[in-house]
Formats: sequence, C-alpha cells, structure tokens
Amino acid sequence: MELFLQLTLAGLAIGSIYSCVALSVVMVYQASDHFNFAQGEMAMFSTYIAWTFLGMGAPIWLSFVLAVALSFLAGVVIERLLVKPVEDAPILNQIMVFIGLLVIFNNMAGWIWEFTIKPFPSLFPADFGFKSSLIGPHHMGVIGLTLLVLLLVFCFFRFTRVGLAMRAAAANPDSARLVGVSVGWMLALGWGLAAAIGAVGGILVAPIVYLEPNMMAGVLLYGFAGALLGGITSPGGAVLGGLIIGVLENWVGGYVPGGSELKLTFALILIIAVLLFKPAGLFGRVVVKRV
Amino acid sequence: MPFLEVKGLNAYYRNTQALFGLDFELEEGSITTILGANGAGKTTTLRSICRMVRTEGEIRFDGDDLTSFSTEKVARRGIAHVPEGRGTFVRQTVEDNLQLGAYTRKNKAEIAEDIERVYSYFPPLRERFKQQAGTLSGGEQQMLAIGRALMLRPRLMLLDEPSFGLGPLIVQEIYSIMRQIREQEGTSMLLVEQNANIALNLADHAYLLETGTVVMSGESHIIRDDENVRRSYLGY
Repeated sequence: MELFLQLTLAGLAIGSIYSCVALSVVMVYQASDHFNFAQGEMAMFSTYIAWTFLGMGAPIWLSFVLAVALSFLAGVVIERLLVKPVEDAPILNQIMVFIGLLVIFNNMAGWIWEFTIKPFPSLFPADFGFKSSLIGPHHMGVIGLTLLVLLLVFCFFRFTRVGLAMRAAAANPDSARLVGVSVGWMLALGWGLAAAIGAVGGILVAPIVYLEPNMMAGVLLYGFAGALLGGITSPGGAVLGGLIIGVLENWVGGYVPGGSELKLTFALILIIAVLLFKPAGLFGRVVVKRV
Repeated sequence: MPFLEVKGLNAYYRNTQALFGLDFELEEGSITTILGANGAGKTTTLRSICRMVRTEGEIRFDGDDLTSFSTEKVARRGIAHVPEGRGTFVRQTVEDNLQLGAYTRKNKAEIAEDIERVYSYFPPLRERFKQQAGTLSGGEQQMLAIGRALMLRPRLMLLDEPSFGLGPLIVQEIYSIMRQIREQEGTSMLLVEQNANIALNLADHAYLLETGTVVMSGESHIIRDDENVRRSYLGY
C-alpha cells in the first residue's frame, strides 16, 4: 500500500509538470491550429535562462519569475516574427518552422551552455516543517505550485475581459474581429502564455531530470500524450490528461517488471491508441450545434 | 456629405471579381436596404465595408477612409456587423457573447445597463443567459447576433439577412424589434436581404443589386409599389 501511495503521489507530481507542457501545447493549438513541436525546447531554454540568473547570484525564486516573464515575451515575439508570416502558408511550411525552432533552440542551448549535464536546484526548501515517507519536498512543492499556476490560468480565461477575448479569437476569429478584438495580438498572447507555462514546467522538472539541452524530449512526449488523452481542444482535459499520464507512467515503472525501461514506449502506445480509438480525447468536446 | 459613401467599389475573392463599380450612400439615422438574388454581391458589400475582402474604390464613413482600416478598427469606429450565418460564439454563453459585443468599451456600469436593454428587446435571451449560444434556436441566435451588435453602441449596424433560415412568424418578430431599435436608439442600419418585401417595409431607401452592380435605387415605397420592378427583380 505504501508503495502504491508513493508511486501515485510521485506520479501526480511529475504528471502536473506534464500538465503544464500539455496545456502549453493545447494553448498554441487553439491559437495556431498546430502542435508546436518546439514547445519543449522553448521550456528547456527558459530553464537555462533561470540557471543563468542563478549563476549571476539571483535568488532562486527571482530567477524563476524573471525566466517565466522573459519566456512570455519570447513567446509573443516568436509568434509575431516567425509564426504569423506563415499563418496562411501550406501546413508543411508551418510544421517545418516548428521543427526548425526545435533544432535551433536545442543547438543554441548546447552552443551557449554546452551539452554537459548540470544539476538544477529545487525551488522548494528541503524541509517544509514536516517529513513524509510518501512524498519528497520537491514533489510536494511541484504539485502545489502547478495547481496554483493552473488555477491562475483558469481564472484569467474565465473571469477577465482579455481572457474571454482570447477564447473568442480562438473559437471564431472572424466574429472576434467584428466585435473589435485584435485577433493577431490575441494569438501572440496565447503563444506568450504557453511559453510562460512551459517555462514553469521546465524549471520544475529540471531538478528531477537534470539540466541539459535534451532534457525536455521525454517530457514533451508525455505532454503530447497528456494533451491528446485529455483532448486537444480542451485545456482542462489536457491538465487532467497530463496528471493521468504521470500516474500511469509511474505505475508501469513500479509494477511492471522492467517497466522503467518501458515508460516512454508506454506513452507512445497511449498516443497511438488515443488517436486510433478516441481521437477527440477523453474530454475533448464534439461541439453540439442546433441550426 | 453622406454618413456612409461607397464609390466605384470593386471587390475580389482571390481572382474572382464579385463587385463591379458599386455606388451607394446612406444618410445618418436612416435604414437603407440592399436587395438582390443569391450571388448578387450583397454579402460582399458588407464584407467590403468591414475589410474582410480585397477591394478597390472608395468607402467613406463619417469622414474616415475605411479602406485603410483593419476589421477590428472598423468595429472600433462604431460599425457593428451582424454577419451572414449570425456568427455567434457557439461555445460561449449568451451573456459572454453580449460581453464580447462590448469589447471595445470600458465602462462596466454602462455595459451592464446595455445588457439589460438587450434583454428587454429580446426577452428569450434573458431566460437563456447562462446557456451556450450553440444550443439556442435559430431565431434566438439571430436575436443574440443583433443583441451583440447593439452592445457596441453602434453608429451604424450592418445586417446580413436577418431573416435567413427562419420561419415567417419569428422573422416578423425580429423585424418589429429592429423597428423598435431604430425608433429608440436612432441607429443607422444597412440591411441586406433576399426577403425584399419585409426589408422594403422597414427601410427608407433601397438599392437593387444584380451581379455586383446597382441596377436601381430609390425610396423604398416607390420601389415596393412599382409593378415592373416587383416582377423583374423582386419576384413576388
């Protein structure tokens, strides 16, 4: 029983990081209608930015906040400079831009910071005031912080004027323009938010997987799996999908003999299974419409 | 100078030309209707004003040259477009749709007041304010589309076939509410219709469109009463 709880809690922690990545992917998908294959590499780059601030002597939380803020700006700029010019181009051109971004960020990180693996400190103190044999302090902090971030994102979309306009711009760009929404800027804002949320995921996962240019490769796959499982049209579904993937992955690793080698295979099998049998995902809405 | 003035307007979808040297104007506070069969260019005319198609020629609105504007800037100048097919945000609630209509405005108290006013024009919307717009009936969606346009406090409303796909009773109801809106708000309207009879009853001026050009124009009652026009162009 204790093993089960340990695996589940650790799964929720890693799953909440997948949720961040899945949510980034879904937000870009809603804005631009495509998977951003570079989402993980952008998050990795953000983590290096935080690491650089740390190296300059900034406290860890300040480094975190600065890196997330810069990532937001970078997301907006990338949309404006690279994605917008190809928005009417054939789909293959757009996918090449995303793959190009992936390779560029990966190599730039290696070039600037080298490919050697670096330890990355946890945002959270090793001692929260109580000890638990079921869950470590970093994992506990991860769950708490991601829940907070997701709650903030939810409130932003649900209760603010700009959040409503962003949803409208994604759902029906023509009508959104007709009521005066600058759809282009809303898409850029979506990219910015996605990059910021991805940065949170990167900084949280770095103490677990260590900092290196390829650190997000696996995480992005799990994030994709989460997004697809939850439903690529549903931000809430993506979050739940990420959590489910995290827990399942940990169960496979803990209970299946040799399972820790099979974790990534498992994620890919899940992606394929979802695409084959339930393409809308668990929570993806098939829009009901009366005419 | 007319409130809205369109001169020598050509419009294109890629390489296909849809309007050929269109001329018309609209006086402030008036309702002008553009009539014509399918494919005559009615919707394209409205889309040209809102900068949703490529055009040549002049479009002037209250001193502004709209041809250099973006769609959202046209909206911010007070032109509210009720598009073909209603264009409601189907997954958002009725109330959110109305809030979005007021996106260009800041004053929350006034917006709340205007939502109330829209509900008083269209009582069915009040009962469904938390419902997803996509679940409304066709007539209710049309009401929502007009209500959303009103939320802009428009100086000019563009209405694209508000009767489309609706039964005669609900069409009568919507047109009588449009008449009320005109009387109470004094909003100028540019109304595009296939249902010539009902549009001519509401409008002050009318233009007849055929394959992208104006073939006749004049006061609504004159066009309505002209036997030849009715036979050749309006088909009733």
